Amino acid sequence: MPDPILQTRGLDAHYGDFQALYGVDIEVGEGEVLAIIGANGAGKTTLMRSITGLLRNGPGQVAYHGQDISRLRADEVAARGLAMVPEGRQLFPSLSVRENLMIGAQVARSGPWDLAAVYKLFPILEERKDQASTSLSGGQQQMVAIGRALMANPDLILFDEISLGLAPIIIKDIYTALPGIIGEGMSAIIVEQDITKALSVSRRVYCLQEGRISLEGMSASVSREDISRAYFGIE
Amino acid sequence: MDWVNAIVQGTLLGGLYALFAAGLSLIFGVMRLVNIAHGDLIVLAAYLGLTVTTATGMHPLAALMIVVPVMALIGYALQRGLLNQTLGDDILPPLLVTFGLSVILQNALLEVYTADPQKLDAGTLETAGVSFGGLTLGVLPLMTFAVAIAVIWGLQWTFYHTALGRAFRAVSDNQDIAQLMGLNRRHIFGLAMALALGVTAIAGILLGIRTSFDPSIGGGRLIFGFEAVIIGGLGNLWGTLAGGVILGIAQTVGAKIDPGWQLLAGHLAFLIILAIRPNGLFPRVSG
Repeated sequence: MPDPILQTRGLDAHYGDFQALYGVDIEVGEGEVLAIIGANGAGKTTLMRSITGLLRNGPGQVAYHGQDISRLRADEVAARGLAMVPEGRQLFPSLSVRENLMIGAQVARSGPWDLAAVYKLFPILEERKDQASTSLSGGQQQMVAIGRALMANPDLILFDEISLGLAPIIIKDIYTALPGIIGEGMSAIIVEQDITKALSVSRRVYCLQEGRISLEGMSASVSREDISRAYFGIE
Repeated sequence: MDWVNAIVQGTLLGGLYALFAAGLSLIFGVMRLVNIAHGDLIVLAAYLGLTVTTATGMHPLAALMIVVPVMALIGYALQRGLLNQTLGDDILPPLLVTFGLSVILQNALLEVYTADPQKLDAGTLETAGVSFGGLTLGVLPLMTFAVAIAVIWGLQWTFYHTALGRAFRAVSDNQDIAQLMGLNRRHIFGLAMALALGVTAIAGILLGIRTSFDPSIGGGRLIFGFEAVIIGGLGNLWGTLAGGVILGIAQTVGAKIDPGWQLLAGHLAFLIILAIRPNGLFPRVSG
């Protein structure tokens, strides 16, 4: 495997007295698509918040391109080329579609993604560019959230529950488009509750259970039984 | 004609109140911070104007070139050094800290400038007037009103047509996600406070030319600013201008009925509007 672009070492996370992650070790290779699955409350979103710097980490727990980023603020992490499509889309309601996309480019990294490229990928967004982001359908809002993350021209992009609350047909569209979106050289972490979808687009998979990694394997070869055990903790 | 005069003068006075209010409104809009020290910061700006004009002999309006950037710098430093630490889920800490700041500012001004009333000397501008259809309008109030419109237009333009304004709105919408987009909210808040105190500097200088001031008058300016913001509707800057105008008219019309009623009439107008439309006359339509 090539050198990891992202690595966590013994990552812990707390919300007050509640510990949400216990010594999580994950690795994402350069250009690799990784899936993270797990039940509700297993710690998937917490893991994303830790990696992106929204939660405070202990020193040395997160490395990006071989450098320790565990103590950086989220905006500093973003500037290094790590973008996230957050759970529930979380568009800025007072910004238009175009402005939501523009704010993604705030970190001003160079690369193939700009407004024109996002509009080419999702033509409907160009038609709707001056509308309030809240006036779009759920699927269109997800396109904006994906476009917003791409505008940062990240090396690593985190997709947190992108199918949540969307119609099955839209989920299918998004997953069909995903390999093209991730494209050449970009790495991705896909957090999903829908295991089949997650396995279909990823190379490797981790399963989280109650804040711990309960399974790690190649997406093509993990067995259903192993996943059930890792997912639910049933022996 | 006297009544028309009262209404016109009140409208122009409203321009000054809108300038008091604009900074408050901006800060509340971007970071949900209620700045109790806002009135004292207006007075601080007036005193800075006094220092600059007495030291250099500049016209007070020319002194804006110095006072505006100085106040903006103070705003950025104040936000990064103090106020950012108070922001969080609890709304009480910023209230308490800015209240404390208000007390400190008043006492510091008292220490440095004494309690003697002061005034900025703008020469003939103070008394110049123009006749207009039987009314005589002061050039200074007219100019103040024009400045208020220009400032609010400028703020509005900044908010909706610049990258900075986009960042203000994004941070106001969702601080975490804005942070994920590479925006450092502490810096953005600092810039918002710098902009707000830049506007406050203009308000302070115009106040100092219009009336005499001493270190204790900040609280009253804060109330006028608050009332203008609430009457107009939170988060709507043109509404804030309208709120200032309504407050100004209520005061001058009240004073026309009985000179002792000036302030009372303004407060009554505020209370009536608050009772009838608790969200103000022009609340921001949330998208």
